Amino acid sequence: MMVTILDVVIAGLLLGGIYALIAMGLSLQYGVARVLNISHGEFIMVGAFLTWMLYTVFGINPLLCLVIVGPVVFIIGFILHKTLFTRLRISSTSSGAFESRSLLATFGLLFIIQNIALIAWGAEIRGYAYLNISVNLGGALFGANRLVTLGFAIAIGLAFYIFLARTRMGKAIRAAAQDPATAGLMGVNINQVLALCFGFGASMAGIAGLLLSMCYPINAAMGLEYTIIAIIVVVLGGLGSIPGSFIGGFILGLVGSIVTYFEPGLALVSYYVIFMILLLVRPTGILGK
Amino acid sequence: MDITTFTSKRFLVPGLIILILLVLLATLPLYAPAYTVILMASILMYIVLTVSWVIFSGPTGYISLASAAFFGVGIYTAAILGGELPLLIVVGIGGLASFCLALLVGALTLRLKGIYFAIFTFGLVMLLRYLVLWWEIKYTLTRGRFVIVVDNNTIYYVMLGIFVVLLITAYFIRRSKFGLALQSIGENEEAAAHTGINVTMVKVITFAISAFFMGTAGAIMATRWTYIDPYIAFNPLFSFMPVLMAIFGGMGQLYGPVIGAAIFSYLEEILLTEFPYYYMLIFGVIMVVAILYMPNGLVGLIQKWRKGDLGEKHANT
Repeated sequence: MMVTILDVVIAGLLLGGIYALIAMGLSLQYGVARVLNISHGEFIMVGAFLTWMLYTVFGINPLLCLVIVGPVVFIIGFILHKTLFTRLRISSTSSGAFESRSLLATFGLLFIIQNIALIAWGAEIRGYAYLNISVNLGGALFGANRLVTLGFAIAIGLAFYIFLARTRMGKAIRAAAQDPATAGLMGVNINQVLALCFGFGASMAGIAGLLLSMCYPINAAMGLEYTIIAIIVVVLGGLGSIPGSFIGGFILGLVGSIVTYFEPGLALVSYYVIFMILLLVRPTGILGK
Repeated sequence: MDITTFTSKRFLVPGLIILILLVLLATLPLYAPAYTVILMASILMYIVLTVSWVIFSGPTGYISLASAAFFGVGIYTAAILGGELPLLIVVGIGGLASFCLALLVGALTLRLKGIYFAIFTFGLVMLLRYLVLWWEIKYTLTRGRFVIVVDNNTIYYVMLGIFVVLLITAYFIRRSKFGLALQSIGENEEAAAHTGINVTMVKVITFAISAFFMGTAGAIMATRWTYIDPYIAFNPLFSFMPVLMAIFGGMGQLYGPVIGAAIFSYLEEILLTEFPYYYMLIFGVIMVVAILYMPNGLVGLIQKWRKGDLGEKHANT
């Protein structure tokens, strides 16, 4: 019995680590740049396919790919914000109008990115074996790749939190999240900060994709599912709260793992039930103000 | 100015155009090939979804992404009851089922504002999708269902009927006190409540009316698809398409969403058949460009162009 509980909990944490990383990216994009990015999952997919390509074609270690995938996806996100979303933001009459227009624009982006990926990498399900060995944790067996994934997710989450809390740039980002107009008056280059945040968010999605590709098979249509999970987690933790998303990710992972243990078919249903109850009872989320 | 000549002039030309269009649409199966009839039925489906979305979301500004849920409920109604009851009754029940679901959801959620409402309604679609999937696999032991086949002309005429009833409903809602109440909710909900409007009731009922038409469209379209499963029935695409089509057309006038949906769905069909490998790419680019450069949609463009025209005339005299 102890072993099964441990089994379920650790499996939940492993799942939760990825969820947390994905959700932090989205939280940054929505919380600061005010873009509810429906194409978030597509950046995960791009990260996963880049890693797969670098590993199978060039033989680069997936973990080393971090220094390539992270910046590449960051640049894509940064440029997208500089061109598309900055334009939308300036031409929108209110922040509400910007939110709904950018949400719809990212839906268009979803189509564009997914189609480019289909042309570049095909529609087949891909995968590779890396660190595919079992590790014994108190009687329960887990893949080493999944443990590495969890470690990386936590490390990146913490590093980013420290970046936000301790650096000058982090301060500018937090100021922009609270009140963009006033932050602009205080000398923060708003367009630059928002584009950086969107880029960081995309980059986190890319890295999450890299980690996912080590554990699960990938395909070009995988994105939307992760976008939806990210949205659930972000609402769970409170829209715009980075620590909230981090904690929310682990909570959702645990819930998923527990429900899967009793009734596998209901795991996704349980996510939505929790999500909808939370929206009704406490729409600001666990850590929201 | 004599008010009767004013109104008759104002209504004569659009009225004539509508009459001609209706006659052309009603006699379509007599002169057009079968393919055109099928295509027209699916274009009408998108128009029905879009216009019913606009009935609620247009004036109030609440972005509902629940369209796919109501559409899917209609589809499943047809799948379950299709063989047992006459077609029109099945379509009616599909609409009523969506109507009831919308009453329930509306009463629960309409106090959610802005982006929260959009996310919640989207969650509803996904919840229904996975709940139905789980139910089907566990209790009926299949993933999908077959729907009774109906001939294409019947589908077309039922869809046309729904379309006409919907347009009349939408027109009268816009023109009535009810529509004014909706408009004022969209502009300032608190102020609307203070002027004596029962805000919650107006919102919930409009939401349910819009869901009714989506449900009927789903019920009749299911007979066209013959096979359905939860992934087909509760496809988030049917939540986003109406929003995009409405924005593309422009929501300022009733004809905006109609034109937007007609052009967009025709475009989708052409792209799907001509460029199956680049279809999503082209579609996505059109979407992004439309959102960037046409914030008020086609209607906005037309009005701008007309105003520009008038302005010039004034400048010359």
